[in-house]
Amino acid sequence: MTPITPYHYLVLSAALFAIGVLGVMVRRNIIILLMSIELMLNAVNINLAAFSYQLHNAAGQVFAIFVIAVAAAEAAVGLGIILGFYRNKETLNIDDMNIMRW
Amino acid sequence: MKLILFIPLLPAAGAALNGLIGVRWFGRRVSGFVACAVMALACGLSIGAFASLLALPPEARVHDIVLGHWIPAIPLETATGIVMFSASWTARIDPLAAIMLLVVTGVGFLIHVYATAYMKDEPRSGYARFFCYLNLFCFFMLVLVLAGNFLVMFVGWEGVGLCSYLLIGFWHEKHSAANAGKKAFLVNRIGDWGFLLGIFLVFFTFGTLDFREVALTVGTMSPETTGFGVLSAICILLFVGATGKSAQIPLHVWLPDAMEGPTPVSALIHAATMVTAGVYMVARSSALFVHAPLVMEIVAIVGALTALMAATIALVQTDIKRVLAYSTVSQLGYMFVAAGMGAFSAAVFHLVTHAFFKALLFLGTGAVIHAMAGEQDMLRMGGLRKHMPVTFVTMMLGALAMAGIPPLSGFFSKDEILYHAFLGNRILWGITTATTLLTAFYMFRLMSLTFYGKYRGPVYSAIASPAAAAQAAAHGVDHPHDARAHGEAHRPLHEVTHGGADADVPPDGSRRARGPQEGPAAITVALMALAVGVIVAGFMGVPQAIGGTNAIERFLAPSFGLGAFPVGGAGVGLSRGGSIALMLFSILVSAAGILTARHFYTRNPEVPRRLAARWPAAHTLLQNKYYLDELYLATIVRGTMAAARGSFSFDRRVVDAAVNAFGWGTQIAAWFSHMFDKHVVDGIVNLAGGTAGRGSFLVRRLQTGLIQNYALIIVLGLFAFLTVFLFAR
Amino acid sequence: MLESLVFYTLAAFIIGFGVLVVTARNPVHCVLFLAANFLCVAMIYVLLAAEFLAMIQILVYAGGIVVLYLFVVMLVNLRRPPDAQVDGRRQALFGFVLVALLLAEMSAILVYSGAHPSNVAAVVPQFPSGGNTETIGMLLYTDYLVPFELASMLLLVAMVGAIVLARKEA
Repeated sequence: MTPITPYHYLVLSAALFAIGVLGVMVRRNIIILLMSIELMLNAVNINLAAFSYQLHNAAGQVFAIFVIAVAAAEAAVGLGIILGFYRNKETLNIDDMNIMRW
Repeated sequence: MKLILFIPLLPAAGAALNGLIGVRWFGRRVSGFVACAVMALACGLSIGAFASLLALPPEARVHDIVLGHWIPAIPLETATGIVMFSASWTARIDPLAAIMLLVVTGVGFLIHVYATAYMKDEPRSGYARFFCYLNLFCFFMLVLVLAGNFLVMFVGWEGVGLCSYLLIGFWHEKHSAANAGKKAFLVNRIGDWGFLLGIFLVFFTFGTLDFREVALTVGTMSPETTGFGVLSAICILLFVGATGKSAQIPLHVWLPDAMEGPTPVSALIHAATMVTAGVYMVARSSALFVHAPLVMEIVAIVGALTALMAATIALVQTDIKRVLAYSTVSQLGYMFVAAGMGAFSAAVFHLVTHAFFKALLFLGTGAVIHAMAGEQDMLRMGGLRKHMPVTFVTMMLGALAMAGIPPLSGFFSKDEILYHAFLGNRILWGITTATTLLTAFYMFRLMSLTFYGKYRGPVYSAIASPAAAAQAAAHGVDHPHDARAHGEAHRPLHEVTHGGADADVPPDGSRRARGPQEGPAAITVALMALAVGVIVAGFMGVPQAIGGTNAIERFLAPSFGLGAFPVGGAGVGLSRGGSIALMLFSILVSAAGILTARHFYTRNPEVPRRLAARWPAAHTLLQNKYYLDELYLATIVRGTMAAARGSFSFDRRVVDAAVNAFGWGTQIAAWFSHMFDKHVVDGIVNLAGGTAGRGSFLVRRLQTGLIQNYALIIVLGLFAFLTVFLFAR
Repeated sequence: MLESLVFYTLAAFIIGFGVLVVTARNPVHCVLFLAANFLCVAMIYVLLAAEFLAMIQILVYAGGIVVLYLFVVMLVNLRRPPDAQVDGRRQALFGFVLVALLLAEMSAILVYSGAHPSNVAAVVPQFPSGGNTETIGMLLYTDYLVPFELASMLLLVAMVGAIVLARKEA
C-alpha cells in the first residue's frame, strides 16, 4: 500500500466538494441545498487541514476554525431567512422562490 | 478749340431728345426743328474749327483732345514683345478731318432741312424716330471723322453701319426694305471683319493704334517694293473694310438695295458721307499704304474695275434711284483709283465735290419722286421740265458737274484724278476715261428720260371717274418690283397735290388734281443751296496748269505724310501743255457722252430700243447687274444656310445626344447605386440588426430564472478554468 | 498500515454519507446523514494532527449546526410535497456529467502534481513545545487577533439577525 500522502486528503476533499456542488445544483429543497453548502465548506476545511499538516503551519487550522465560525453564522441566518420565506409562501421548492424576479 | 467736342455731341443730343422724348411727345415741327438746329450748330462749329485751323501755320495744324482712357493698360503680345495696350478716346482735328467735318455737317444740315418737308407724311412717332436715327448717324460719322486712333474710328465705323441699317429699313413693315437693311448690314460686316483684322495686325506690328504714332513708326520703315510683307497684309485687310463700307467689288451689292430707304437717307448716307468713310479711312492710313505699293496697285485696279462695271450697269437701269446708286459706286471707284495712285488729296477733293453734286442729284430725285407720288420708274416720267423748273435747273447743274463740265466742281476733281491716272498707269487712265464717257451718257439719259420729252406718267383725273381711277390703280400694281420708296403708293393717285389740296376743292365736291409740281420751300431751298456748293466747291482745287494754286492739295498735304512714294504731279509731272491737252480731251469725252445721250433719248427715242433688241444678251446681263446677286445667293448664302442647318442638326444629334447620354449614364449609375444601397449597405445594417435580434432569442434562453441553472453555469465556468489550467501546464 | 486503513474507511464513510445527504428524500434523513458526515470529518482531522479542530468540528458543526437544521426541519413540518411539476429547464443530467468531469479533472490535477511535485518550499515549522491546542491558541490571540475579533462580531450580528428573522410577526 502506498503511504497516505496529503494528496489523498486532497482527493478526498475534492470528492466531497464535488458532491456538495452536485447537491447545490440538483436538489430542489432549499434546506438540503444549504446542507450541501455545509458539505462544501467541510471539504475546504479538510483541504486546509491537509495543507497545514503538510506544511507544518498551524495557520491552516486557524483558517479552518474561522471557516467553521462563518459557516455557523451563515447557517443561522440562512435558516432564519428560509423560515421567514416559508411563513409567507408555504414552499421550500427553490424553483418557486422567484418573487424578486420581474 | 475744345469746342470741337461739341460737333459730334450736338447731334448725339438731338438723337437722344428725339429718340427718348420725341417719339412720344414731340410734334413734327418740334422734332424737325430740334434735329436741324443741332446740325446747324454743329455746322457752325465746324466752320469755326476750320477757320481756327487756317489761322495756324501749316505745320501746326493738328490739335488733339484726349477724353480719357477707354482701355487701360493690358499687356498684349506684339511682334516686338509684350506691350501695354491702352486706348483712349482721342479726338484729332487736322486739315483732312476739318474738310470732312465741313462736308458732313454742311451737307448733313441741308439734307435735314430737306427731310423735314419730305417726310411730312409719316406718322408723328415715325417722324421723330427718323430724325433720331438721322442725328445718330451724324454723331457716329463725326466720331469716325474726328477719331485719333483706329479703335475710336472703328466705333464710328460700326455706328454708321448700324444707322445705315436702321435707316434703310426705316419702313420696316415693308419686306423689301427690311431685307435691304439686313443685306447692307451683313455685307458691311464682311468688310468690318477685314477692317478689324487689319486693326489687330496694326497693333501687333506697331504696338499702338494711334494714327500719328503709327505714321511716325512706319516712316522709319522702307516700303515693301518686293513681295507681300506684313505692311501689305495690313493694308489689304484695311482695304477689305473700305470695300465693304464704300461698296467696291465684290461687296458692292448692298448699295443698290439700300435705295429702299427714304431719299434723304440715300442722299446723306449713300452718297455724301457713309460710303465715303472707306475713302476717308484709306486716306487716314495713307502712311501705311504708301509703304505697300502692291496693295496700292490692287486698290487702284479694284477702283477702276468697279467704276467701269457700275457705269455699265447704270446704262440700262430704269429706276431713277438705282441709276444714282450705281453712279455712286462708280464715283467711289474713281476715288479709290486716286488713292491707289498715291494722290490722296485728289481722292478727298473728289469726295467733297461728289458729296455736293450727288446729294443734290439725290435730293432732286427725291423731289421728283415726291411729285410723282412714289413713282420711281423713269420710263413713266418725262417732260417734267415744265412742271418742276427749280428741280430741273438744280439737277441739270448736278448732272453737268457729274459729267465733268467746267467750270463746275466735278470737272476739277475728276480731272485731277485722270491726270494722276495718266501719269501712273495708262491702262487705268483708259478705263477711267471710258467710264467718264459712260457716266456722262447715263446721267443725261436720266435727265432726258425724266425732264424732257413727253409726259408718260399716270393720268390725272377727278375722283368721280371710276374708270380712270381704276386705270390709275392698275398702273400702280403693274410694277411690283419697283421699290415704292415712299411707302405711300397705296394713296389714291388722284391725291398728288401737296399741302394745298383742300384749297383746291371746288364747290361740287370733286377734287381737281394738278399733276406733278414743285415741292415745298424746304425742299427747293435745300436744292438751291447745294447747287451753289456744286458751282463753287471746285475752285478750291484749280490746278496749277491753268493758273490756280491747287489750294486743297496744299491744305491737305500735312495730313498725308508722303515720303518715299513719288506722287504724280510733284516732280515727274506733265508739262503745262500736256495738262491742258489732257483736260480738253476729257471735256471732249464728256461732251460726246452728253450728246450721244441726247441723241438717243431726246431726239430718237426708238434707238435704245433697237439696240436692246439687237443685243438682248448684253442688255439682259446689264439689267440684271451681271447676276452677281444671284451668284452670291447661290453660293455664299446657300452655303451659309446649309452650314447653319448642318450645325443645328449636329448640335441636336451629337451634342444633345452626348448630353442626353450623360443624363442616361447618370440615371443608370444612380440605379446601380440605389440597388447597392438597398441590398448591400442596407443588407449589412439589417444583418447586424437581424443578428442581434436572432442572437438574442438564443441568448435569452440562458435567463431561466432558476437559481440552480445559474449555479450550473458557475460550475461550468469553474470547469473551463480547470481545463485550461490542466492543459496549460 | 493502520493509518491507511483508517483513512480509507473514513474516506468511504465520508463520501458515502455525503452522497446520502445529497440524495435522501426525507430531509430528516439528510440531516442525520450530515451529522454522521461531520463526525467522520472530525476523525480525519485527528488523523491530520489537528485535535483542536476536530473538537471544534464536533462541538460546533455536529453539535450546533446540525441541531439547528433539525430544528428548522421540524419547524417547517413539511409533508410530502405534492408532485410538483419538475421545471423543464432544470438540466439535472448535465449537472451530473459536469460534476463528474470536474472531479475527474481535479483528481487529474492532483495526481499530476503528486507525480511531479513542484518545489514548494517547506515552511520551517514553528511548533511550540505544547500540543495542537496551545499552538492554535497562540496563533489566534497574537497573529490573528483581528480576524478573531471580527469573527466574534460576525457571530454577534448573525445571532441578532437570526433572532430578528425567526420571530413571529407581532
